[in-house]
Parts: sequence; C-alpha cells; structure tokens
Amino acid sequence: MKGLPPVLITAIVLVAGFALCAVQFPNIASTRVVGNLLTDNAFLGIVATGMTFVIISGGIDLSVGSVIGFTTVFVALAIERWGVPPLVAFVAILALSAAFGAAMGAVIHVFDLPPFIVTLAGMFLARGASFLLSTESVPITAPVYSAVSDFALRLPGGGRLTAIAIIMLVIVIGGALLLNLTRFGANVYALGGSRVAANLMGVAVGRMTVRIYMLSSLLAGIAGIVFSFYTSAGYSLSAVGVELDSIAAVVIGGTLLTGGQGSVIGTFLGVLIQGLIQTYINFDGTLSSWWTKIATGVLLFAFIALQQGLVALARRPVAKRAGAVS
Amino acid sequence: MTALLPRRGLAQILALIVILAVDRVVSPQFFDLRLQDGRLFGSLIDVLNRGTPVALLSLGMVLVIATRGIDLSVGAIMAISGAIAASLADSHSMAVVLAAALGAGLVCGLWNGFLVSVLGMQPIVATLILMVAGRGIAQLITEGRIVTFSSPDLVWLGNGSILGVPVPVAIALGMLVLTGAVVRGSALGLLIEATGGNARASELAGVGTRAMILAVYVWCGICAALAGVIAAADIMGADANNAGLWLELDAILAVVIGGTSLFGGRFSLVLAVLGALIIQTMNTGILLSGYPPEFNLLVKAVVVLAVLLLQSPKLSGVANVATRLRRTKA
Repeated sequence: MKGLPPVLITAIVLVAGFALCAVQFPNIASTRVVGNLLTDNAFLGIVATGMTFVIISGGIDLSVGSVIGFTTVFVALAIERWGVPPLVAFVAILALSAAFGAAMGAVIHVFDLPPFIVTLAGMFLARGASFLLSTESVPITAPVYSAVSDFALRLPGGGRLTAIAIIMLVIVIGGALLLNLTRFGANVYALGGSRVAANLMGVAVGRMTVRIYMLSSLLAGIAGIVFSFYTSAGYSLSAVGVELDSIAAVVIGGTLLTGGQGSVIGTFLGVLIQGLIQTYINFDGTLSSWWTKIATGVLLFAFIALQQGLVALARRPVAKRAGAVS
Repeated sequence: MTALLPRRGLAQILALIVILAVDRVVSPQFFDLRLQDGRLFGSLIDVLNRGTPVALLSLGMVLVIATRGIDLSVGAIMAISGAIAASLADSHSMAVVLAAALGAGLVCGLWNGFLVSVLGMQPIVATLILMVAGRGIAQLITEGRIVTFSSPDLVWLGNGSILGVPVPVAIALGMLVLTGAVVRGSALGLLIEATGGNARASELAGVGTRAMILAVYVWCGICAALAGVIAAADIMGADANNAGLWLELDAILAVVIGGTSLFGGRFSLVLAVLGALIIQTMNTGILLSGYPPEFNLLVKAVVVLAVLLLQSPKLSGVANVATRLRRTKA
C-alpha cells in the first residue's frame, strides 16, 4: 500500500488533465483518440515498464533507446536482406538484447561500477552497432507486418485497439503482477531499499542485478519490435532520447529515483500523461511541439518536489519519536 | 601519497600519445602545422578547436562530479545560451550579447544548484528536469527556427585568432587557468573535494557544503553557456534542436577518463580537459582514417569500458593486493 499515494496523485493529474482537454476539445473524449494514444505510446509503455524495475532497484538504464534503435535495424535487415523468417528474427533479437542487458548487469555488479556510466557505455555500443548495420532507413514489407498493422479490436465509438497497444497492455499488466506478487518483485524493492541490507537478508544481489538489467533490455527489445511494427521500417536513429522519456514517465508515475518505492501502474499513467500532452498539442494546432518538452519538464519538477516533500514528511515523525526515546 | 602524485595522469598522457601515434599512422600529415592569414591550421589545431566545447563543459562538470553530483543539463544550457546569443547578436552590442548568454547559464546553474543543495534532490534527477525542459526553452527563444547572424564580433569568437591561436582554444585555455587559479589557488578546491568525499563529515567540520554545491553548479552553468556561445559562433547560427546534443555525456566521459571518480572526492581540472582532448583526438582520427564516423560511438563505448574497468574499486583492490604481495616478498 505504501506506493499508493503518489500513484493516486498521478491518476488524479491524468484524469484532471484529460477532463480539461475534453472541455476544450470535446473530440478528445472518444475511444478513437484514446485508442491512438495507446498505439502511439505502445513502445514507450513497454520500455518504461522495464525502466520501472531498474529504477526501483536503485539503478538506471540509459541504453534502452539505443537497444530499440538496434532492434529495429536488426529486425529489418534480418527479414528484408538476410531472408530470415520474422519469428526467428524476433527470437534472435530478443535473445541478443537479453544477453546485452545481462552483460551490463554483470559488469555493474562484478566491478562495482555506477549503473549510470555502464549503461551509458551500453548506449554508445548499441547505437554504434546499429549504425554499423545500416545508416539508412530499411522499409519492412513482410506480410506479417501488414497483418499486424491491420489487426485491431473494434471499440465502441469507432476506436481501434491495435495489436501493439494490446501487447503493451499485456506487458504492463504482466510487469505489475511480476513486481507485486512474486519473490523477484519483492527482491527488486529490497535491492532499492538497501543493497547491503538485501544482501544480509539473503537476496542474491548479483543474480538479481543481472536479471533486472536483462529484463529491462529484453523489454527494450520487445519495444523495438513494436516500434518496427509501428513504423514498418528499421532505422538506426529511431528512438533517440527514449531513455529520457521513459525515465520521466517513471518519475511522473511516482517511483522514487533513489529506489525502493514505485509501481508499474504509476509508470503506465505517466506514459499516458506524456501522451496526453502530445495529443493536446496536436489538437490545438497553434502550440509548437517544443511545449511538450517544457510541459514534461514542469511536470517532472512538480512530481519530484512533491516526492521530496512526502519523503521529508515521512521522516519527521520518526525523528520525533527517536528524540522522545533518547 | 606524494610519491603517487606523478603517477596520476600518466595513464591519460600515455593514452593521448598512443592515440596521436595512431592518428599519425592513418594520416601522415597529422602533425603538419601552417600559418595562414595569421592563424595556425592543421589537424592538431583542429583537434583543439573542435575539442573546445567539451573541454569547457568538462571544466564545470569536473567540479560538480567532485562534489558527488552530476549535471545532465549542460547540453541544454548550451542550446539556450547559443539561442540567446544568436537572437541578440545582430541588434545588440557584444557586451550585452555575452552578458545575456552567460547570465542565462548562471540562472540555469543557480536553478540546478538550488534543487540539489537547498531542496536536497538527487543530482541526476534535478538536472534531468532542465535537460528535458531546457531544449524546449531554447526552441521557444529561436521560435523553432535556426537563427543565423552575421555580427562580426560574435563570428570572431568562433572563427578568429589571437596570435595565431584560434579564439575558442584561447578562451578554453583562459578558463582552465582561471578555474585552476580559483580552486587551487585557494582552499576552495580542497573544500569541494571534502564535500564530495563525505558531505556530512565536512558539514560537521564547518565546511559550507550547501554553498559549495550551489557554487559548482553555477560555475558549470556558466562554462556550459560559454561553450554554447562558442558553438553558435562557430556555425554562425543557433540550432536549438542539435546544439550541444549529447555533449553532456561526452563531458562526463571526459571527466571520468580524467580519473575523477563519479563517487566524488579528488578531482583534476587538467586531466579532465586532457580527457576531452583524448575524446576529440579519437573522433578526428576516425574521421581522418576514412572509416565511417559511425565507428565513433563503438570506439567510445570500448574506451569507456576500458577506463571504467581500470578505475573499478574491485580491480584496484586486486592491484593493491598484488603490490602488497610483491612488497612482502621483497
């Protein structure tokens, strides 16, 4: 229950924001717009789910945007140039990205290095590798792609819940269950609370670190496949800066960047808030896209300041009690 | 420790020499210098010139990292100050342009410093806010366009020369000397290192850690603003989208290559700038070698990993044990 209040605030912001948008542009309150919101942010939702695990465990993963870029290029080349069946290409790239994440986790743990700089190296490595594969955009024409793009559940009111939106929702729900109901999830929280304490409690810190970064990279790989469905192309410059968007979504979702607290559902709401800002700007038409960045920055500040306040508030009674005892 | 001091920096100097030697192999004219129109030209000068923005950023960044912080917003600050300088350049005097651009950097630095030292936010998070919003602000200033200018004074800042040395290089050198004089000429550097080593203990010992932290972020902001002005002057325009993009990562990398630990404490200004030069020498070398510039990122990744592993506490632990064993044997 301890993760609830910040999530609640995020939810209130989302609902209030949506209501405000709907008052100004009644058309926003339609399943069509909501369906598009989910589709357009599907890859972000997936990658932010992985980022939530990493950040709750007290780490950070800067490499996810590059992994998405690499995945799109790899998948496009494998299917179009090397003649690999799409499913085999998907399995190969997922195995590759999981191994990549595991390697980063291992380096972080074994050499006791800051995750920030290790995943920064990972970011350079993955982006550089995708440049090496191809610097131009490779269109994907495989029949699977048109089939997936065409598939959608009809929602009442003319909206479409596309395949990639469904994939995202499944992963978000799966992530939430994994975080809240399994031993793995409990260990993630323990690691973020205190590595030393977790170690003393008998958590296999090394194995957990490897698995957490593996999960993040694996989800980035899935996000990359989803991104290639979304654009029907592989491009080495795609998803530049997505690591920032996903970190912002996680923070807006009420997860503490110091680790130990947070939720996947909050992150999902954070993704939706970012998508809502984008949708509002599209509807308005006169506002320029850079307002997205400023609005995201302001939201980030508001949420972090709020968390800071909550943390300070939570600490105060403890200090008083301690003072009373001594 | 004094016996160890000369060893500090040896690795960086050796690395630079090795990379220079490789550059010499791929491009035989690498060390050629010639004087033309009162300005030196040549690959070496080119390395210095192009390395200037990252070198300036690393000057501020190394102080921030020494306090156990990090500043992700320097690239965005570059974009803001470049945008301001470019929009004012043709209508205002040089003094106003510089004051406005550097003032913007100062305000950005104050904001970061306020969040970290007064509100007690984690540096990564606090500076992430400006990193995300800053580029939006820069685009607001340029109204989304690429602003060009023709003010000869500002152009001189990017392309002129003093005694044959390109102006940006002279400015970077000046800033290095100035920063060095301020932090090493007084106890300031020591206090910054103390803050990074153990903020609580320093606070108890009477160090004004909050003021220290605020000051380093302000200085970092000013250095970034200066880098932004030079970058804008170099291309005679401001591109809010791309100015200083990802340079924060290069600056952090330069500091790490320079041997300053991300966990704060001891720092070296000269080695951080040397780190920036190492990065630029690699970039130029890859360009000259005719390999696609895409190799840049891969090479950088390998270098980061190598430097990290060398600095890793675990590995240095092994090294220490090895030396101790050797000593006991002797």
